[in-house]
Amino acid sequence: MRRRLLTAVRSCARSFGTTAAAAAAAASTAAPRERLFNKLLVANRGEIAVRVMRTCKRLGIPTVAIFSEADAAAVHARFADQAVCVGPAPSTASYLNIPAIVEAIKKTGADAVHPGYGFLSENAAFVEAVEEAGATFVGPPTFAVEKMGDKVNTIPGWAGVVKDADHAVSVAEDIGFPVMIKASAGGGGKGMRIAWNERELREGFELCTQASSGRGSVQWAAAAGEAAAAFGDSRMLIEKFIEQPRHIEIQVLGDKHGNVVYFPERECSIQRRNQKVIEEAPSPLVTPEMRRAMGEQAVALCKAVGYESAGTVEFLANPQRQFFFLEMNTRLQVEHPITEAITGQDLVEHMLRIAAGQPLAVTQDQLLHFTGHAMECRVYAEDPARGFLPSIGRLLRYVEPSGPNVRCDSGVQEGSEISMHYDPLISKLVTRGVDRPSTLGAMRRALDSYVIRGVQHNAPLLRSVLDIPAFEAGQLSTAFLAGERGAGMGGEGVASAEHFPTPESSAPERLPLSSGQQDQLLALAAMLWAAREQRLSGVGDLQVELQVVLTLEGQQVPATVRPAAPELAAAAAPGAGQALEVQLPHRILLVRDAGGSSAQLVHAEVDSERVALQVLSRGPRHLRLQHCGAQRLVALDAPAAAQLTRCMPAPTMEDFSKVIRSPMPGTLVHLAVEVGQEVNPGDEVAVVEAMKMRNVLRAEVAGVVAAVEAGQGEVLGADQVIVRLQ
Amino acid sequence: MATGTVAGRRLPLPEVDVLPPYASNPKWERVKAAKEAAKGGGGPQRVAKQHEKGKLTARERLQVLFDPGSFREAGALVQHRCSDFGMDKQQYYGDGVVTGSGTVYGRPVFAFSQDFTVFGGSLSESHAAKICRLMDRAVEAGAPIVGLNDSGGARIQEGVMSLAGYADVFLRNVNASGVVPQLSLVMGPCAGGAVYSPALTDFTFMVRHTSYMFLTGPEVVKSVTMEEVSQEQLGGAATHTTKSGVAHGAFDNELDALAGMRELLSFLPPSNREQAPRVPSLDPADRSCPFLDYVVPTNDLEPYDMLGVVQQVVDDGEVFEIARDYAKNIITGFARLNGRTVGVVANQPAVLAGCLDIDASVKGARFVRFCDAFNIPLLTFVDVPGFLPGTAQEYGGVIRHGAKLLYAYAEATVPKLTVITRKAYGGAYDVMSSKHLRGDINLAWPTGEIAVMGSKGAVEILFRWAVLQEAEYEEKFNNPFQAAKVGYIDDVILPRWTRQRLCAELETLANKRAWRPERKHGNIPL
Repeated sequence: MRRRLLTAVRSCARSFGTTAAAAAAAASTAAPRERLFNKLLVANRGEIAVRVMRTCKRLGIPTVAIFSEADAAAVHARFADQAVCVGPAPSTASYLNIPAIVEAIKKTGADAVHPGYGFLSENAAFVEAVEEAGATFVGPPTFAVEKMGDKVNTIPGWAGVVKDADHAVSVAEDIGFPVMIKASAGGGGKGMRIAWNERELREGFELCTQASSGRGSVQWAAAAGEAAAAFGDSRMLIEKFIEQPRHIEIQVLGDKHGNVVYFPERECSIQRRNQKVIEEAPSPLVTPEMRRAMGEQAVALCKAVGYESAGTVEFLANPQRQFFFLEMNTRLQVEHPITEAITGQDLVEHMLRIAAGQPLAVTQDQLLHFTGHAMECRVYAEDPARGFLPSIGRLLRYVEPSGPNVRCDSGVQEGSEISMHYDPLISKLVTRGVDRPSTLGAMRRALDSYVIRGVQHNAPLLRSVLDIPAFEAGQLSTAFLAGERGAGMGGEGVASAEHFPTPESSAPERLPLSSGQQDQLLALAAMLWAAREQRLSGVGDLQVELQVVLTLEGQQVPATVRPAAPELAAAAAPGAGQALEVQLPHRILLVRDAGGSSAQLVHAEVDSERVALQVLSRGPRHLRLQHCGAQRLVALDAPAAAQLTRCMPAPTMEDFSKVIRSPMPGTLVHLAVEVGQEVNPGDEVAVVEAMKMRNVLRAEVAGVVAAVEAGQGEVLGADQVIVRLQ
Repeated sequence: MATGTVAGRRLPLPEVDVLPPYASNPKWERVKAAKEAAKGGGGPQRVAKQHEKGKLTARERLQVLFDPGSFREAGALVQHRCSDFGMDKQQYYGDGVVTGSGTVYGRPVFAFSQDFTVFGGSLSESHAAKICRLMDRAVEAGAPIVGLNDSGGARIQEGVMSLAGYADVFLRNVNASGVVPQLSLVMGPCAGGAVYSPALTDFTFMVRHTSYMFLTGPEVVKSVTMEEVSQEQLGGAATHTTKSGVAHGAFDNELDALAGMRELLSFLPPSNREQAPRVPSLDPADRSCPFLDYVVPTNDLEPYDMLGVVQQVVDDGEVFEIARDYAKNIITGFARLNGRTVGVVANQPAVLAGCLDIDASVKGARFVRFCDAFNIPLLTFVDVPGFLPGTAQEYGGVIRHGAKLLYAYAEATVPKLTVITRKAYGGAYDVMSSKHLRGDINLAWPTGEIAVMGSKGAVEILFRWAVLQEAEYEEKFNNPFQAAKVGYIDDVILPRWTRQRLCAELETLANKRAWRPERKHGNIPL
């Protein structure tokens, strides 16, 4: 099944290749031959800076990078034709330092500036400064988003002072239950509560007004308290609650001549903490009719405000395919490559042409005839075991996946530093295929063969998400992964995360493996073991049977490894290893090293299926492996040794709940306990400041402080013990 | 079918496949019964007790140590000859030690394994004689010796015969030293004079929580010095791998320990007459290591992890560290470059800024001498700001201990490759496999600084009365150029190409021969 799928991907990749190339060629021949700009400065860093420069290189526009002192050796700074340092590491002093950037524009004589996303991409003062410096800002001119008016469906709602519970109920009845109520001041998803009926609404309102009592819903009280602090009243937002909401957005392009086109939608429902992590185009939910309706609203909105350049109109949709306008992003989006992948268009090139005053080089009709499917995974340096805090460090080993249907937009290389100063995005991994299943298959293989060592990252989790049946079926929602809406709300009916609800369940060691995947893992572990035995013994190919006992999660699995009968072994690729049969108790698998493997990444065939297995570490008796995202420790013993494992003492496990450690490198800014003090679960023990965030460390269990091992003001390493409880 | 396999060959199990003439032959039956009895050790109860402690029996350990089915026992039917104290009525075949040979990764290895279930593994005259015979054979055969120690000490009933037995073993340990690799794995008690056998071998390993080594036990310690100390505190694995340096590594359990011994043996040559086995490498010899371009911090005072550097350079990032937890300011261990074993010595800037001190010098010196004795090329990474200052060091004799490392490097005739990553200051520069001590290839990264001392200190002394001339000093010495100009550095290379260069240089030096003047032996400053 999987094999067929992969073959399909390969053939589709070829066809996509030609489409994209043809479209690019068409775009360039249609345009005048002279340069759009003489020199373009990219006011950004990392992958997006590199990505913008790529297009410039293709169009023959010289580029200028800006970099902070911490980024002197960064890829983007070396990728450009010129690079200018704009200040010290903190972004406020460098990438947000408008005078320094203007200085760089003047010094290098750049006549255009692309802001990328983030940083100054939506900053009116910057646009003004760029234009004052005599350069063209590649992006939309500043305009009022509030003007967007009634051209789009918005979520029915009401914001203002709620006099009393009755008032709230009447507002809610106008809108229609279920409704979401929140204090206006509660930013993001904080302090939201869902009411499915009048009773629940009244309860919620009560809690809101009893802010100081703090009983019931802590979150709610906090939100109301915040509102009170901010406004001196209980200004509230009551709006229609959208069940199983999906985040679907429309990319638009407008030129200076009043032309606006929309692109096929992107679905960005897979989010964590309101941060998109997996995006795809087109959306599995959207029908051609819905696409046209959304697109036409987006275009109408843009035309109404005279929008130009690239922009994105974001909607929330429910399973009934109703959609509601959320907001408009007036910049190039992070996830733009998936749109490029299915339409064969280069959005940055379009932005440059528009900025240069050229009319749109693409018609609406072209854009509706997109082909295939594309998906993007955002690979972040973050540690699932530490609540997804950014994980900083240097990339000890770094090998990006490659292939005709894979695009990896990154601004790092082996040896690059993931610094505490900036967004911990390592890369955007994009795959495409003729259809969604083949795109998914390509993404699985790409993530499996993505070698990242030196920092913790979310590639294992992303890989695991791809195997969730609901994901495979395209049944997505913004609550698919743990998000703030779900976390700790406790309110009835609030959509909590449907998958991997806790950081613990997202840890690579806990990610699930199907029984078939587990068999593959065991067979490959046996293959690696046999190969090593042979290698260290100075013997070539295996001639006889080898017995090995694999221990996975406490279960012993005896395996026999023997050379496969030559007639059963398929023709080997050059560099491939010996074909072996691994006999597990319940099945026999045919395995072979497919060649091109390294100490970190093993390309193999299991029953003719191509798999990429990662070797994370190796001990005298153990292999730590990663297969399909899941990381497992496999012990390998000869049968005689395996029988004796029962005599080995159980490993002494430290009771981690009784030890409070620093979650990351930082400074101990506050110590709330002393030796002998009693603490209860949830009590604050210490505060560690790291990456400008204050992390409050709390006791997980009740106990007495037995030892304090770090002092206030001390600089702590990751995992350093601060307090031990008894 | 009951068969064992060794390195791709099928081995018959002789005990099982008995054919007609001997199938029920009384002579064979008697031997067979004795062999069966020998296998039972001290009996099921004592075996169960051993297992309860998380310990394996002597024979179980050997089964795990050797390739499956390859172990052949010698002297299984030996018994003691003591008749005092009713000992003649207590007889066990084997007399508390199992000796024999087999293969580890297909190569011959000799081993003895003391059986705690028989007389507490105590050493008798015949027990010692078995070990001695084994060692004699191993030296003649040119194969490593592994000792698995689990013994209550001398067999008291045998008096001086037992003590003589120890001395016989010690003598052979010394005579085998530098001829065949000798490894000790302490898997239970090892007390009193018995400790000297492991101490005389090349490497000693322990198992956490179940093994201990000391000359005098906690009770004697208490009566003499009034110190109260537990066995574990006095001589457990943690003590000897971190404080005393007696043991070179510790493992969580016996299976890990035995697998560790197998791994270590895979790096070593069978004797001083041969080269270490070359393993087919899957790691490209010309692999670039971009990480290394960034690893040395721009700030001179900032530490970095040298082990990470070593792991980038060597095959598959695999390093078998020796004495990892002792004198952490120097790293020693075995690794491979393009399939050839190398002994790695590296200053560790992350600990004590990588200074050499007494413990680091001794640790490094002993490792260098082992490598030299067994034809293992030395690969040295240098980032050393000098010797650690202070009264503790000077009173402790850092001069004569530091001299050991100097001596060891100077006398070593194996191929010596050196990479200066950052600081190479003062006498420590000379010591760390410098060109002057017959270093074959001495490379430096552009971040190398070869000078008598750091710029700040130098400027204070040199130009005490002059205006700041730090810049001039830095210009001269904060780079490897000066040293390269006089040929003390063979080349300055980009860090990312370190592996490629070292693999190529090692290939060229593979057949290096260098001689030392004729003498009985040198006089290393002990």
